[in-house]
Amino acid sequence: MAATEKRMILRFVDEPGYTNDIECYLRHGGYEQLRKAVGMQSADIINEVKASGLRGRGGAGFGCGLKWSFIPPTNTKPVYLICNADESEPGTFKDRQIIHRDPHQLIEGMTIACFANRAHLAYIYIRGEFPEGARILERALDEARSKNFLGKNILGTGFDCEIYVHRGAGAYICGEETGLIESLEGKRPYPRIKPPYFPAVLGLYMSPTIVNNVETLCHVKHILSMGGAEYAKLGKPNNTGTRIIGVSGDVKNTGYYEFEVGALTLGELIYDVCGGIRNGNSLKAVIPGGSSSKILKAGEVYRIKQKGPDGAMVDRDLRLEDIPMDFDTMAAVGSMAGSGGVIVMDHKRDMVDCLQNLNEFYAHESCGQCTPCREGSLWMKKITTRLVHGEGRAGDVATLKSVADNIAGRTVCAFGEACSWPTQSFLAKFKDEFEAKAKAGVAI
Amino acid sequence: MSAEPTPIPADLPADFLADVDRTVSHYPVSMRSASLPLLHLWQERFGYISDPAVKWIANRLGLQPINVLELVTFYPMFRRHAVGKFHIRVCRTLSCALGGGYELFEILREQIGAQGDGHGVAVSPDGRFSIEFVECLAACGTAPVMMVNDDFYEQVNSPTKASEVLAHYKGKE
Repeated sequence: MAATEKRMILRFVDEPGYTNDIECYLRHGGYEQLRKAVGMQSADIINEVKASGLRGRGGAGFGCGLKWSFIPPTNTKPVYLICNADESEPGTFKDRQIIHRDPHQLIEGMTIACFANRAHLAYIYIRGEFPEGARILERALDEARSKNFLGKNILGTGFDCEIYVHRGAGAYICGEETGLIESLEGKRPYPRIKPPYFPAVLGLYMSPTIVNNVETLCHVKHILSMGGAEYAKLGKPNNTGTRIIGVSGDVKNTGYYEFEVGALTLGELIYDVCGGIRNGNSLKAVIPGGSSSKILKAGEVYRIKQKGPDGAMVDRDLRLEDIPMDFDTMAAVGSMAGSGGVIVMDHKRDMVDCLQNLNEFYAHESCGQCTPCREGSLWMKKITTRLVHGEGRAGDVATLKSVADNIAGRTVCAFGEACSWPTQSFLAKFKDEFEAKAKAGVAI
Repeated sequence: MSAEPTPIPADLPADFLADVDRTVSHYPVSMRSASLPLLHLWQERFGYISDPAVKWIANRLGLQPINVLELVTFYPMFRRHAVGKFHIRVCRTLSCALGGGYELFEILREQIGAQGDGHGVAVSPDGRFSIEFVECLAACGTAPVMMVNDDFYEQVNSPTKASEVLAHYKGKE
């Protein structure tokens, strides 16, 4: 039997009687960590977060404490904090649960993060399609202000901090942190040229800005509660803490779960937690970390290098079902843990159809700033569309691969990779299905 | 810009103007940041972003109209034309597609009597309902999902459930 759930972020959301108002939150120990934080030195809080090993839960998995430490020590400009609540990566539905059902957990985490980074103004950039979520957050912020957890002179410490909700308007690219910042400045969300690589150096209004995901900011509260070293004991080394996994697609029990990072394998997740494949079908493929992560094929063997008992690196062969769900192993098998959104496909699924669906998404969402991505995402969509409609051409598979290969690495932001990886990985794992559709079509 | 007749926002309601002022106050560093929020406020109140709306918002924020118009033409949620009183959005992306999102779209489109192939907005003959596909709504575990205006519905996985959702709005004014 698989590891049991370890609910920290989602501890209360499904508890009967737990509501999203501040009184309920306070009854459950709410804002105690903020009280503690404002009595600490901000550098000590950052050190606790560093010691915790917390990695960003939005997709890239970058070290949170390290990100915070990029604010130049000589900085004299105002510092801003932005919560990235633009949850839009297909397959991902974790931040919605926090925002709707435990908004004060996020606000407490944000306020602590603001205190630690000396930010006095913060925004929650929430996707436009969460109107209810935006209203819940607005109300929660009002409640927090009325109790002096926000506003001027928080809890009598002299610390001022204000948080506002800012709604997006349906553009996936706003999840890219520099695109988000442009959007928050009232512009089209064209991602910025790097370097500087981190908004912590130069971000909103040309000032140092910390951009963190919803779930990441919630973890900050728990790190303060447990202490960084104790938090780091959860999960595995370099893959610490818990994380929310959302499972969708062809399993019996779709839904959100929270586990220690790497505590269970993909097989345990699919068969023990989610009850296996629905409708009596069998497993064909898994997209393990949001639609941009490379697809994994059932029946294939994944060879990874691992430290043996004597410390030497040894090869280890893993079936898909044996892959532990941590950041490093997911990267080692050629995919990524990404946003924790797992999409499962059964043996009846047509992989060309599935890729076509994703290519349509990426063609729609490319911001159009860089030519390889703007044109390439559309070409990929056009090719898979004709394959799906029985109008494939003999050279289509090679063309599709060539287009994908010429986007990744040639764009301002990671959307280039995000839109190429599905095509590249679907072609690598299921080439025969694509070849069959190309041959079935017109030869020219 | 659009040729559609547009209301002249000469005397905007006082509560709307108060909302605008409150919203602008959330951006002490740069008023331009209030562009998207004001577009949302306008669209929620008046249904779509008209030419006068673009000019009014630009003027309120000290911007050129093009600074606002370029947002309206980029962000998918902003509309240049009116849609139905009840606007339906069905998630199109993979997890919902695996759960029957395309079938749901067809059922709803037929029931409101709108023509269309899933691209762009389709409007019912009486103009009360409109429908469009949107990309992932971030509720993949309860596919297929849809919205009617701001209301959100999960696991609408049968024609009966789809009809029940619509029935709720059909009797509404």
